[in-house]
Amino acid sequence: MVNWFSRFITSSIGQKIIMSLTGLFLITFLLVHLIGNLQLMSSDGGQSFNEYAYFMTHNPLIKTVSYGLYAFILLHAIQGIVLWRRNSSARGSVGYAVKKDRVAGDNSRVSSVYMGALGTVILIFILIHMYQFWLQMKLGNTEMITYGDGEPVKDLYTLVSAAYDNVLFVVFYVVSMIFIAFHLWHGFQSAFQTLGLNHPKWTPLIKTVGKIYSVAVPVGFAAIPIYMHFFQ
Amino acid sequence: MTGPEFKPAIDEYTLYIRITIKNMSLNGNVPPGPLGDKWTKYRSSMPLVAPNNKRRIEVIIVGTGLAGGAAAATLGELGYKVKVFTFHDSPRRAHSIAAQGGINAAKNYQNDGDSIYRLFYDTIKGGDYRSRESNVHRLAEVSVNIIDQAVAQGVPFAREYGGLLANRSFGGVQVSRTFYARGQTGQQLLLGAYQSLSRQVSLGNVTMYNRHEMVDLVIKDGKARGIITRNLLNGEIERHAAHAVVLGTGGYGNVFYLSTNAMNSNSSAAWRTVKRGAYMANPCYCQIHPTCIPVSGEYQSKLTLMSESLRNDGRVWVPKKLEDAKAIREGRMTGLDIAEDDRDYYLERRYPAFGNLVPRDVASRAAKVACDEGLGVSPSGLAVFLDFNAAIMRYGKSVAHSRGLNESDDKLVKKLGTEVIEEKYGNLFEMYEKITGENPYVRPMKIYPAIHYTMGGLWVDYNLQTNIPGLFATGEANFSDHGANRLGASALMQGLADGYFVLPYTIGTFLANEIRTPMIDADAPEFMQAEKDVKDRIDRLFAVKGKQSVESFHRRLGKIMWDYCGMSRNAEGLIKARKLIQELRDEFYRDVFVPGSNDEYNQELEKALRVADFLELGELMTVDALDRNESCGGHFREEYQTEEGEALRRDDEYAYVSAWEWNEGNPTLHKEDLIFENVELKTRSYK
Amino acid sequence: MDNMTLTLKLWRQKNANSKGAFETHTLAGVSEHMSFLEMLDVLNEQIINEGKEPFAFEHDCREGICGTCSLMINGYAHGPQQGTTTCQLHMRHFNDGDTVTIEPWRSQAFPVVKDLVVNRDAFDRIIQAGGYVSINTGQAQDGNAIAIEKEQAAGAFDAATCIGCGACVAACPNASAMLFTAAKVSHLAQLPQGEVEAAKRAQKMVAQHDQEGFGRCSNITACEAECPKGISVAHIARLNREYISASLGSETQVN
Repeated sequence: MVNWFSRFITSSIGQKIIMSLTGLFLITFLLVHLIGNLQLMSSDGGQSFNEYAYFMTHNPLIKTVSYGLYAFILLHAIQGIVLWRRNSSARGSVGYAVKKDRVAGDNSRVSSVYMGALGTVILIFILIHMYQFWLQMKLGNTEMITYGDGEPVKDLYTLVSAAYDNVLFVVFYVVSMIFIAFHLWHGFQSAFQTLGLNHPKWTPLIKTVGKIYSVAVPVGFAAIPIYMHFFQ
Repeated sequence: MTGPEFKPAIDEYTLYIRITIKNMSLNGNVPPGPLGDKWTKYRSSMPLVAPNNKRRIEVIIVGTGLAGGAAAATLGELGYKVKVFTFHDSPRRAHSIAAQGGINAAKNYQNDGDSIYRLFYDTIKGGDYRSRESNVHRLAEVSVNIIDQAVAQGVPFAREYGGLLANRSFGGVQVSRTFYARGQTGQQLLLGAYQSLSRQVSLGNVTMYNRHEMVDLVIKDGKARGIITRNLLNGEIERHAAHAVVLGTGGYGNVFYLSTNAMNSNSSAAWRTVKRGAYMANPCYCQIHPTCIPVSGEYQSKLTLMSESLRNDGRVWVPKKLEDAKAIREGRMTGLDIAEDDRDYYLERRYPAFGNLVPRDVASRAAKVACDEGLGVSPSGLAVFLDFNAAIMRYGKSVAHSRGLNESDDKLVKKLGTEVIEEKYGNLFEMYEKITGENPYVRPMKIYPAIHYTMGGLWVDYNLQTNIPGLFATGEANFSDHGANRLGASALMQGLADGYFVLPYTIGTFLANEIRTPMIDADAPEFMQAEKDVKDRIDRLFAVKGKQSVESFHRRLGKIMWDYCGMSRNAEGLIKARKLIQELRDEFYRDVFVPGSNDEYNQELEKALRVADFLELGELMTVDALDRNESCGGHFREEYQTEEGEALRRDDEYAYVSAWEWNEGNPTLHKEDLIFENVELKTRSYK
Repeated sequence: MDNMTLTLKLWRQKNANSKGAFETHTLAGVSEHMSFLEMLDVLNEQIINEGKEPFAFEHDCREGICGTCSLMINGYAHGPQQGTTTCQLHMRHFNDGDTVTIEPWRSQAFPVVKDLVVNRDAFDRIIQAGGYVSINTGQAQDGNAIAIEKEQAAGAFDAATCIGCGACVAACPNASAMLFTAAKVSHLAQLPQGEVEAAKRAQKMVAQHDQEGFGRCSNITACEAECPKGISVAHIARLNREYISASLGSETQVN
């Protein structure tokens, strides 16, 4: 078992499948994350968001999934770095003096060629993002707040809201979303291609959904800091 | 064209045509029996080599095209220890890959009356009755197996909607027996053979030596026992021994410098065996293909073929008036400016029955005649028009009619017709535009004949064995099946027939007697001597330290060959050519410059070795062309034509194969009489 | 134009072990009707006439089918014109006064032999790993015994049209040979004759691809863009499918 499976998963295609599957999971996560976060824009002073955050950190199923999520982010990043290094050495010791990249059909040159670089920036973003909110929350550096007669919950809303008062953070988040958009633009349809799901009838649909997704989700995320900065 | 100033006196004639003629007929070792049974009976009764013995027998194969690659794969499958050599970086590069049109087979899938006999007959007749009946019939017999074999290998032949194999008619025959894979049939068949060969390499039955060029043949005790190769990566001269040697090294069209052959196609492997005593048969039979893209300048390195299928819809013409042709050449007019009445559709005029579809040799010569009269339409004066306008309008009208559109709207009709032509020949038109920069949908194409294939080659008997025991030749490298003219879609058939289905059997007749022969020692004195000869030859080339490039000599040789031994030949010109070639050869060894050294990757040295051999082979071609006082197939002697300018064959005197022994420039002619027991010799007429 | 003058920057490298560098030459009298390789012929003739060593570059059929020619021209594999091998690229696509940079294919798996020549043996080894149908000569049944849907045969042909030139590797930012490998797997997997061994073939060929040191495909599609035969990355998806089902689903073990 170990023999054939390890051979599969360490092969060039196997490694790409790791990228593809973890990527698809992260893509799905983004949507869930966005839907939850949109509550930041509701005008209830953060109640619904804070209650949602409490639920997300206390439901045993979601807690389990979240550990999976962290693992997948790490796996996606580490595997990505391994591939990136492998691929840069494949060119050999001497590179081209002049190299122009062209891609086929409606593929995006920038996002596909610079996938590794985009991913690296995004990884840094995630680290900062998690330090800023997730770690602060875990370390208990948040005020507690009680709604009605419920349990006291962490006031994550205020933490976020405070951060977005700073215009630099808003810019940082918006710019990071642009990177994510580019990463998704290639990543979404590429994940299907890697799994072998390329079909003359279905691929155009996958590509269209991917394009809408990779614009809509980051725009949704970017809207939150902008809205909160200017309107809350 | 001949140089009119050269009028040899009789003594000069004998001086230049010093040849010896042996009148005893060579023995083709054709098995007895009725034509249709010969191969079956022979195959079932020939001696076999037992599997345990096969493992002890080594065979060298040179060349990895259809013939060599297929033979190597099959011999490997049979259990022989095979060593295969190619000068290419990969077996898949062999020039078989460039064949476009298709491969014939007497499958009769179309139920249109085809049969093995009909394919046999068409091939014999198409070859102008200059091939061996028994070989051609065998070729027709195994043609059907080739298709089965290729399909099983995964060759993606064109198919009908019902999922069965598609056929088309090709080269003016009356049945549809040509199998094809778009315009890349040669590529797909070669890749099939390459894949089979790769399998044998991976199984360890075949050892592959790529980037190894055969530079000599080693004969020991009268038998071919090995070869000397040059490793093209580092110049190392290596000795390789085996029980037998098989050549599948292609033709010698590049003796003309400009041809449709690949740049590296050469005759050296075959010529080296001739230098060691093998006979070269019918070297003057060269096929000139009528539809190639014309030469555009001095720098021209090769010529590109446009598929013969274009003549199905294209009309060939030149202007009637010399001044119109001149104006086109000088760029003052284009073909479009010439009124219909001022055009000479000369093929339709001369050959009303076949028109633009006359065979290759006839169409080529007619183009030459037109251009010689000063009616050529490219700046060099060497091109004729191939015009699709009539076809475009005809198709356009028919489409307009079927769709109920206005048939008298010329613009619409033209647009619709262009679409039809594009669907049929789009890739060819695109290639034409890539190369010439002209849009062939608007302006008529310009075409001119070019050297395409050589029917001559090493003389072989029925077993494909040369006169040197243990030395075999397959595919275009041998002379056997196409006579004086090859029909379209027959080259692929012959290469694969030899490689898959003939040689692997017939080589057994030789090897069955070798089972007691131990492994051949590559350190034997004969090998050491051959190795030394090669090194001396290479040293000699470097030692010249002259001023002229190898390429410039090749170009000059090509011009001599084309001018005097090309589409039409005459005695005066051939005598002159032989003298010019001898002089050029002397100059080559006096003034050639080969840069670099032997112990490195050196393309100039590779070329120099090949051109040195062309400089001898070219001479032999002129000798053969001069000896053959008749016109047949690809060999047209101006002295031997009918009153209408058609080829005049002389069966009473020349129904023989000319097998030449080189004798270091004093060739001896050995004849093999061609005996026709099954077909009646007729004049080919396309009027 | 019949008389262009070009500045040519060409890679010069004595052999695999030596260090290379660019060498600059000026070439006058270039005609628009020349092919790119004929232009290099003229340059080499000029160099030889100066008593020096010409540039080594590989080429053979010069009609775009043998796959021998290569060259990275101004950053494009086989030059700027798409769907065209270097031998069919003509000088009318260049202008008087242009500087043209000419480099060999760059890949760890394609070591430089000399100047602009690289060694592409890795491709042969990938085919040897399984790019064939295991059938001996003479074992075949009748060619029409199995009907194959016209479109399916055409699909197989689209993959089989690969000329093995290596432009996919040269152009791929990852120096991956997935398109080459996929073309053969896809060609044979689409035909009933090749399907029999499909599971084994996909696993063995991918293993060999990886072992040769090629990069990993990240679906950039530069290979398809530069492939002179326009082979689609859809074949890579088919390879992935074949590979996944062969590795995880099939009972065929490959060692």
